[in-house]
Order: sequence, then C-alpha cells, then structure tokens
Amino acid sequence: MSKEALIRVENLTMAYGDFVVMRDLNFDVKQGEVMVIMGGSGCGKSTLLRHLIGLQEPAKGEIYYGDTNYTQSDPDRRQKINRRFGVTFQQGALWSSMTLEENVAFTLEEYTNLPPEEIQSLVRSKLSLVGLRGFEQYYPAEISGGMRKRAGLARAIALDPDILFFDEPSAGLDPLSSKRLDQLIMELRDSLGATIVIVTHELESIFDISDRAIFLDTSVRTITAIGHPKAMLKDPPNENVYRFLSRDATKPA
Amino acid sequence: MPVVDQNPKARLESNGSVFRLVLSGDWVLQSGAPSFHELNWDPLQGKKGVGILEINGRDLGRWDTTLLPMLLAAHNFCEEHEVSLNLEGLPEGIRRLFNLATAVPVKTDATHAEDEPGFFRQIGNWAMNFRQGADDWFEFIGRLFLGFMRLARGKAQVRMRDFALVVESTGAMAFPIVSLISFLVGLIITFLGIVVLIRFNAEYYVSYLVGYGMLREMGALMTGIILAGRTGAAFAAQIGSMKVNEELDALRASGVDPVEFLVIPRVLALVLMMPLLVIYSMVVGIISGMAIANVMQNMAPEIFVKGLLEAVTLSDLMLGLIKSVVFGILIAMSGCLRGLQSGNDANAVGVATTQAVVTSITLIVAFNALIDWIAAIYNV
Ligand SMILES: Nc1ncnc2c1ncn2[C@@H]1O[C@H](COP(=O)(O)OP(=O)(O)OP(=O)(O)O)[C@@H](O)[C@H]1O
Ligand SMILES: [Mg+2]
Repeated sequence: MSKEALIRVENLTMAYGDFVVMRDLNFDVKQGEVMVIMGGSGCGKSTLLRHLIGLQEPAKGEIYYGDTNYTQSDPDRRQKINRRFGVTFQQGALWSSMTLEENVAFTLEEYTNLPPEEIQSLVRSKLSLVGLRGFEQYYPAEISGGMRKRAGLARAIALDPDILFFDEPSAGLDPLSSKRLDQLIMELRDSLGATIVIVTHELESIFDISDRAIFLDTSVRTITAIGHPKAMLKDPPNENVYRFLSRDATKPA
Repeated sequence: MPVVDQNPKARLESNGSVFRLVLSGDWVLQSGAPSFHELNWDPLQGKKGVGILEINGRDLGRWDTTLLPMLLAAHNFCEEHEVSLNLEGLPEGIRRLFNLATAVPVKTDATHAEDEPGFFRQIGNWAMNFRQGADDWFEFIGRLFLGFMRLARGKAQVRMRDFALVVESTGAMAFPIVSLISFLVGLIITFLGIVVLIRFNAEYYVSYLVGYGMLREMGALMTGIILAGRTGAAFAAQIGSMKVNEELDALRASGVDPVEFLVIPRVLALVLMMPLLVIYSMVVGIISGMAIANVMQNMAPEIFVKGLLEAVTLSDLMLGLIKSVVFGILIAMSGCLRGLQSGNDANAVGVATTQAVVTSITLIVAFNALIDWIAAIYNV
C-alpha cells in the first residue's frame, strides 16, 4: 500500500499496575483504511483503544499521529489531536444528563460556530443515520442498550471526524441493525475518507469491512497476526488465529 | 425446588493402581452433596504416573451442576498428582459440561488481590496513600486554577446549565433543613447561655452570646455541614457515576477537560449560594434565640435586640460571610475531587460519596479554626 501511516504504534506495552496486558505492540493504521482489532474477550482490545485516544498512558512505547508523537505531547496539543477523533465506547457512555439531541449536538456547539437551526438539522440527520430519528428528546436512561450504542455512534460522527474509534459497535444489536452499521462504516470510509479503528467480534463484519486486522493473542500477550482476515484464514500464521476466525472452540492440543 | 429421593453419595474403591469413584443418588441443588475432601485420597497420592482414577456414574440418579465441583476437584487432584482421569462412566451431558468448564485454562498470572499486608507494609501503604492524596489535591487545585483563568479569558468550556441546577438544588431545596437546624442551634445557645449566665445575674447578655455565636461561628459551620452532607455528597455521586458510565472518558475523548467542565460550575454555584444560606441561617438562629429568651426569661424582644446591637459589629458578619465562601469552595472541591477519584463500580461511588462528606466536614472544621486564629491575630 502506498498510503501514508496515519497512526503508528511503536513498542507499546500496556499495563494496569504490575499486570501487563499486552507488550511490544507494533503496527500502523493507514490513512482511510478500516483496521479491525480482534482477540478473545479480556485480551486488551478496549485497553488498546484507550491508549490510542489518550485515556491511558503507555507503560512503555510510543504512539504517533502523522509526525506528532502523541505520547510525548502536552495536554493542549493532545486536545487538538483529540478533536479529530470520534469515539464510541463499549457501554455507550452517553452523557446521562443530556437528551440524545444534546448529546449529539454537544461537540457541534463546542467546536463550531454554526447557528442553532443548522446544528439541529445536522443532529437529526446523524440520528437518522443510526435509525434513531424521533428519539431526540429521550434521555439515555429511557432507551435500550442497543439504542444507546447507536446514539453513541451518532455522537461520534457528529463532527465528521477523520479518525474514528469504535469499541464493539455492533455487540448487542440485532442482525439487521448490525448489517446497517457495517454499511454505515463503509460509507464513512468511502464517502468521507475517514480512517476507522474498530474492535469487533462479529466475524461477518470482520471479513466484510476490514482492510486489515490485527490479532491480539492472550497466550503470548502480543500481536501474532497482521493483515487481511481472509488471507489470515487461508494461510493462518498460527493456530490461535485460525481457531478464532473459524470458530473452532475445541481445546488446544 | 427439586425433591431428593435418594441422598447423593460418593465412595472410593481401589484395585491396585486403579481407583474408582462411585457416585450414586440424586446430585441436585440443596441435596447436600458430599465434597471431594470428605474422601480419603491418600492411597492414590502415592501412585504418581501409574494411578488411574475412574469415575463411575452407573447408579447416578438425577443430576445438575452440583456434580461439577466434585469432578473439577478430581480433575485438579489428578493434574497435581499426575494420575490419569477417566470419565467414561459418566453420562454424556455432564461430560460435555466438564469439557466446557476445563476448556479455558485457569489464568494463573491474573491473581490480583494481594494477601493481607503485614504491619510495616500497611504503614508504608498508608504513607504512600497520604502522599498520593496530597498530590491529587495539588494537581486538582492547579487544574481548577487554570480552568478559572481560562474562564476569565472567556475560553473555558463550562456547563452553565449545571450551575443553574446546583443553584436550584442548594437554594430552594436546602431551605427547610437549614431552617430547622438553625432554629435548634439558636435554641441551644440561648438555653445554655441562660442556664450559665443566670448564676451571675447576667441573663441580659444572652443576646451577646447568640449574636456572636450565630454570626461568627454557628451560622457558617452548621450550614457548611448540612451542605457537605447534601450537596457535597451529591456532587461526588453524580461525578462518580459519570465515571462508572465512562461519561468522563467520553468528555476527554471529545477534547473537553472534565475538571473545567463539571467542577467550575459547581464551585461557582456554591460560592454564590453559601453566603445567602448562611445569612438566612444567622437570621433564623437569632430569631429563635430571641423567642426562647422570651419564653424562658420573659425577656422582651426589644431588650434582646438592644443587647444584640451593643455586641455585634459588621466585622462579625463579615467573618461569617468569609467563612461561608471558603466552606462553599471546600465542599464543592471535596465533592468533585472524590467523584473524579471514584473507582469503576457502584460500590466505589458509595465510597466516594462517604469520603466526600468526611473530607469536607474535616476541612470545614480545620479551616474554621484557621480563620478564627487569623481573626484573633488581627483582633477582628
Ligand atoms: N481498570 C482496570 N484495572 C485493572 N485491570 C483491568 C482494568 N480494566 C481492564 N483490566 C484488565 O485488562 C485486561 C484487558 O481488558 P479489556 O477491557 O481491554 O479487554 P477487552 O479485550 O476489551 O475484552 P472484551 O472483548 O471482553 O471487551 C483484562 O484482563 C482485565 O482484567
Ligand atoms: Mg472491551
């Protein structure tokens, strides 16, 4: 690929206190690609996302955005980079004291000078994209878990950010909504040129939407495969990747 | 509730190096199934490498997952003592459950709760925590200060709707409790004052006592303690549950500083509301004193007010008001900081709430003494 690396992770070690979650991670994410992070439950996927968006500090190693060393940047500089991000969290993380409309409108109000009517129509269009038109005045506590995740997605794309981080956006959604979500993700990449880093367990999505994927392996606590998942399945770099991608749940020999 | 027809039993038979664990009866919940350790396993321990343990379930009646602990214990025992385990004599279903339960190896490096630390370790931990606590406070104060600077330059991202909400909940809704407590405090001061002063035939001076007491000390102190319990706790709970819900992370990820965004409006609201509530509390306390003096001593309100005006000066009122502002800042900061420091589960939010109250009351009492001391130096 000739495209430039937008995010570069070098020798990243992630830990909670003394407990090392993953060590020596090296990978990059190129401009305009969909990068899937795969791995078993509890292996550190959410933790990796939290590192990428600066919510947690690496125990070791560096994260670069373009030429900027994000890990070494001061808070102001980081905040500027963060404004290019759209993030969804595993549990939705909607602001509970705001309605859905206010949740989605928030960054638009903070970072743009658009007139209120325009913000309102943008918010409505974002909510329609995730199938939540009509729920503008609901509070997060008044909607279902899956709806919260979709609302979180609408909030993440409010500013049409160039880098999107999704943590299991389709977990807990019905097959149809989940399919629509995949389509939306492809549209975000193809029409808006967004770069997307996504954690997902949905094999179908993994094969459909990813340009590349990395596999975090708990047994050795690092990345054991990088590439397109179809290629990984055809020519598995190791047994764990194969078992993951082919849903083979038998015990290892 | 399952009915147990036959009590569950486990029996160990041996034949050379082949051991047989015979399970019989109904192994269902609440049937009081025997545990692995009730059997004598010593003979098998010596058969390292050659022993075989067969589990036989021919006489097994009904069963559910109650059977699983026995099998897992046998499994662990066999692994540990290098004895092979044969489950073929068991029903198909329980074997499948067993396979599922043993499919993912036990994670040995994930043991996280440390053992009960020793005495010196505890002292060390305590000192480290104290140090960490102080660091957190300084960092928090610094960030809040920067936030206020940005606010002054009109650059801060502050949620002014929170300001309005806090003003409303500390204002209108705190009135009843502040009224009640101030009334009682006024009553207590007057009552005590009369009981003591009457011995010196100096009941007249009870109004001095009530005036000084309410203006300089009790008005601000009692209101502060009430708001620490009401509002400070509420701040910690609100912010703590936002933390649990990853809402704070979502703010940071959108490039918004939660300290600036959530704490500033709360501090401002209390800085506005505390003095108002304290003035109200002073008035209620003094009126209550006047009433009690009238009931106990037939002291006419005019006389009470006359004494009051002889005693108190504007600087007493100012002292109370300065305290009220300082206490307001302390309450808002403790509540917010404890909320921000909260852990990631519902229990941690409860702990944060309690700590918020304890911290703010401790700080209120300490700063009260400090301010009194400074006031004494300057003869206020
Ligand atoms: N706050 C924390 N403190 C200590 N350890 C943590 C904390 N959060 C997560 N962990 C540990 O880090 C590891 C990775 O957690 P993480 O949430 O990143 O997993 P994940 O890959 O996202 O899993 P899932 O697919 O189930 O969401 C887990 O083993 C977990 O025990
Ligand atoms: Mg996760």
